Amino acid sequence: MTSFATIGNELYTGKRSVDFVGRYKQWYLVSAVFVLLAAIGLVWHGLNLSLEFRGGSEFRVPGVSAGSYEAEAKDAVGSVTAAGAPEVTKIGTDTVRVQTEKLTDAQAEQVKTALAKDLGVPENTISASFVGPSWGASVSAKALQALAVFLALVSIVMAIYFRTWKMAVAGLVALLHDLFITVGIYALAGFEVSPATMIGFLTILGYSLYDTVVVFDKVRENTTEALGGGRVTYAQAANLAVNQTLVRSINTTVVALLPIAAILGIGFAFIGPGTLLDLALALFVGIAVGAYSSIFIATPLFVHLRAHEPAIVDLDKKARRYQERHGGVVSSSDVAPVHHEKDAQEEAEQAAGQGQPERVGARSGAEGAPVRETHRYAQSGPRNQPRRAPKSRR
Amino acid sequence: MAINPHNRKPLRVLTALAAVILGLYGLLFAAATWGSAQATPKLGLDLEGGTQMILKPVLVGTAKVSSQQLNQARDIITQRVDANGIAGAEVTTRSGQDIVVTMPGVPDKATEDAIRKSSQMRFRAVLVAQPVQPPAATPTPSGTATGGATPTTTPTSGGSATTSATTKPKSALPGAFVQATTPPPTPPGSATKTTTPAPTAPAAKPKNPSDIAWVTPELTKELQDLDCSNPDALDKVVDDPAKPLVTCNDTGTEKYILGPVEVRGDQIKDAVAGYQPLSNGQPSTVVEIRLSFNSSGTKAFGDVTSRLVNLPDPRNRFAVTLDSKVLTAPVAQAAILDGNASITGNFTMNSARDLANQLKFGALPMSFSLQTRDQISPTLGGEQLRYGLIAGIIGFILVFGYSLLQYRALGFVTVLSIVIAGLLTYVAITLLGWSHNFRLDMAGITGLIVAIGVTADSFIVYFERIRDEVREGRPLRAAVDTGWRRARRTILAADGVNFLAAVVLYLLASSNVRGFAFTLGLTTIIDLLIVVMFTHPLVALLSGTKFFGGGHRWSGLDPERLGAKTVRYAGRGRVAVPRPAVQRTATSDGSVL
Repeated sequence: MTSFATIGNELYTGKRSVDFVGRYKQWYLVSAVFVLLAAIGLVWHGLNLSLEFRGGSEFRVPGVSAGSYEAEAKDAVGSVTAAGAPEVTKIGTDTVRVQTEKLTDAQAEQVKTALAKDLGVPENTISASFVGPSWGASVSAKALQALAVFLALVSIVMAIYFRTWKMAVAGLVALLHDLFITVGIYALAGFEVSPATMIGFLTILGYSLYDTVVVFDKVRENTTEALGGGRVTYAQAANLAVNQTLVRSINTTVVALLPIAAILGIGFAFIGPGTLLDLALALFVGIAVGAYSSIFIATPLFVHLRAHEPAIVDLDKKARRYQERHGGVVSSSDVAPVHHEKDAQEEAEQAAGQGQPERVGARSGAEGAPVRETHRYAQSGPRNQPRRAPKSRR
Repeated sequence: MAINPHNRKPLRVLTALAAVILGLYGLLFAAATWGSAQATPKLGLDLEGGTQMILKPVLVGTAKVSSQQLNQARDIITQRVDANGIAGAEVTTRSGQDIVVTMPGVPDKATEDAIRKSSQMRFRAVLVAQPVQPPAATPTPSGTATGGATPTTTPTSGGSATTSATTKPKSALPGAFVQATTPPPTPPGSATKTTTPAPTAPAAKPKNPSDIAWVTPELTKELQDLDCSNPDALDKVVDDPAKPLVTCNDTGTEKYILGPVEVRGDQIKDAVAGYQPLSNGQPSTVVEIRLSFNSSGTKAFGDVTSRLVNLPDPRNRFAVTLDSKVLTAPVAQAAILDGNASITGNFTMNSARDLANQLKFGALPMSFSLQTRDQISPTLGGEQLRYGLIAGIIGFILVFGYSLLQYRALGFVTVLSIVIAGLLTYVAITLLGWSHNFRLDMAGITGLIVAIGVTADSFIVYFERIRDEVREGRPLRAAVDTGWRRARRTILAADGVNFLAAVVLYLLASSNVRGFAFTLGLTTIIDLLIVVMFTHPLVALLSGTKFFGGGHRWSGLDPERLGAKTVRYAGRGRVAVPRPAVQRTATSDGSVL
């Protein structure tokens, strides 16, 4: 059985590798198609805005058992106002939602009474809400404002954390890509967009970045070592990083999606449209797209952004020469043959301080990569034995 | 048994965490037992049932609402809600432009209107005044005669209010309207015509707003029946500006029959509280409220005071009403023609400032338009909560299953961490509900469920890092240390970004999903706390056990399964070199002395 762990191992060592960076054209094309579809969806369909954006009144009648609830509800509303046909939907098992045009307070009361009478439920169980038409607009304005502020802040944070603005740019592009595609999916599928959905969209930003940060962290680590070692090209090092974090990305995404899937399942089956479902749906779509983009878009884009820097061009030349000499298979030991000086030191200190017997001698020295990889056992010298004191001293 | 030195630090951290959690629960227990806290989180409107209205102040013209005015409006609405006898209602301002009124149950139409109507400040002449409770206290102010109260000062610079020889009222109630600046106090001729004989036949048409003819037997009866100690007493009062009004003052100590409205609140230009200056310009200890009127207000006020000045008590008094209640009813001591009046009375500086604010902002005819109104029946709310919790449990079980599948025994660490995080979150939310009135709504529940996955994400990042290190050939204990150092950085950055998103959402999103942003931010912090204080120490401890440290097949950290590529010291000079997948036995190729 090829277990997940085995695949993880092979991805880690480079034995099995997906060329994420090299086949960028393919991924870009896929994304371009998605973005195009999203754009078409937005232009043709537009977003299905909820009551909050249009303005109007909504009634929720729980515990309805009558089969002909739709006609009953329409009659009830029709008896009060002639303005427009109400939208009647059944949500969950026994709750009926009635959406009408904007009603005056008196009308709303009458509709409530009529609904209670016609559908045979106590009047005080009916929930009524009213939304002014300017409400949605103010929410959207706030959301856009939040988006702008968040993007500005996050690019600063990322640029500081990764110490290169190019990572920030690549991360942001991936982010906007996620956002756009998610909104496009909403338009295409005709899902309702409520203020809760808007917040969901904004939250996607956070999660999408979570994935990207995890991948970029490894990319940074690998490429730093590659620059020191000079055995692999920049693209290869980055690609290996993506492969190494692939299992992690999949696991984090799956684990993040599982509870949301549970909400979606329960929501669709029992609760019906509302804050819970709106948020969950937006997050589900967004996190899935976000996982895709952090692997397929963000890293290739980042490599491209840096490809023309002199240091990178140098490294690529050097690495190609090295690989021609050595048959050119990239593995994790090529990227990280040496340990960080700091790590090695700390470990040595720990080992010394605690007198751990488990440790095997020294690791390959921190100063400069050895030309040929020596067997670890041989690294500490010809023999792994305690030195005996000279005869004269014994 | 001596503690392994390697375990000392993790144990210390775990103990600290246990202390924190126990402390928080102890606090909650104490607050619930002796304080007002409840042992469960406070629920939001959509889960508990009730009505929420979002009101937006509407001003005349292009005026903008300042936050000060909004707070004033909030206070006024709070007073109205309280006056309507609604228990447990909350009135808050939001984003500096809306007022959110949340109340349990469904308000009737009248209550809702009472809350939404604009705040009306009016000036009416007093026709009849009656003390309510303590008959001992004479409400009649002294020094009502114009002669005694004539300002005797010289003009001061800047037209600031100057003092008058007001005799300080002995009673707690009325102050006196005096002239603020010093135009020659000429009692105009108009004043004389108001001194119509008081006892007029009730049927006769009143000649002016102070005419006692307004007082019909019905009104007198109404006055007798009015019980000012009953907070609902004024609910039935119809405040028609053109008709007399029977009402109480806001402390409930005096009741009145007032004439028709003569000056409206929006005719006030400004109101400030301050100490009344003495004739030499030094401030005295008498607190006064200085009013200034706009041009139409000046004229109206001048007319009224000119007329009132010559009337006998109590008809020389002038009541200021806010929403039909008398704020103050001072005696007019002089005709004030320049629109600058000063009210003195038995004020403290604070009460004067409050009253000045009410006067000033009452000057704004601020009414409220309804932005949204949500009525959630308790049945529906309870159902939503139940399904939300079910969804959370299912989500948790799914994450549990997946962790076990992926990480074997380490999966239990994940689950345990999530459970601890859940305990912390619960106590945090409940305590916040008590201290900051944080209410958990549907959006908040969603945030909590989503957080299960995000919290587990940081454990995955950490575990995968450890696995990476094991693959590099480190023994588990070293792998845990190095893996942690590297994973910590990643987790910090990723959580930081998430937290940033939550903060931005919380501050800027102005809709009912603020609870989502809040729980998101809260769980991010707790996630970080748990990873540092629970998961890592626990894993560090476990790495010392035979099961994990020895790389048991089901530990999730089996070096062979993970394809560790380098040799592993197997003790006694032997070294284990696993062959990936093919040959599972350790080869003993170590050399001995």
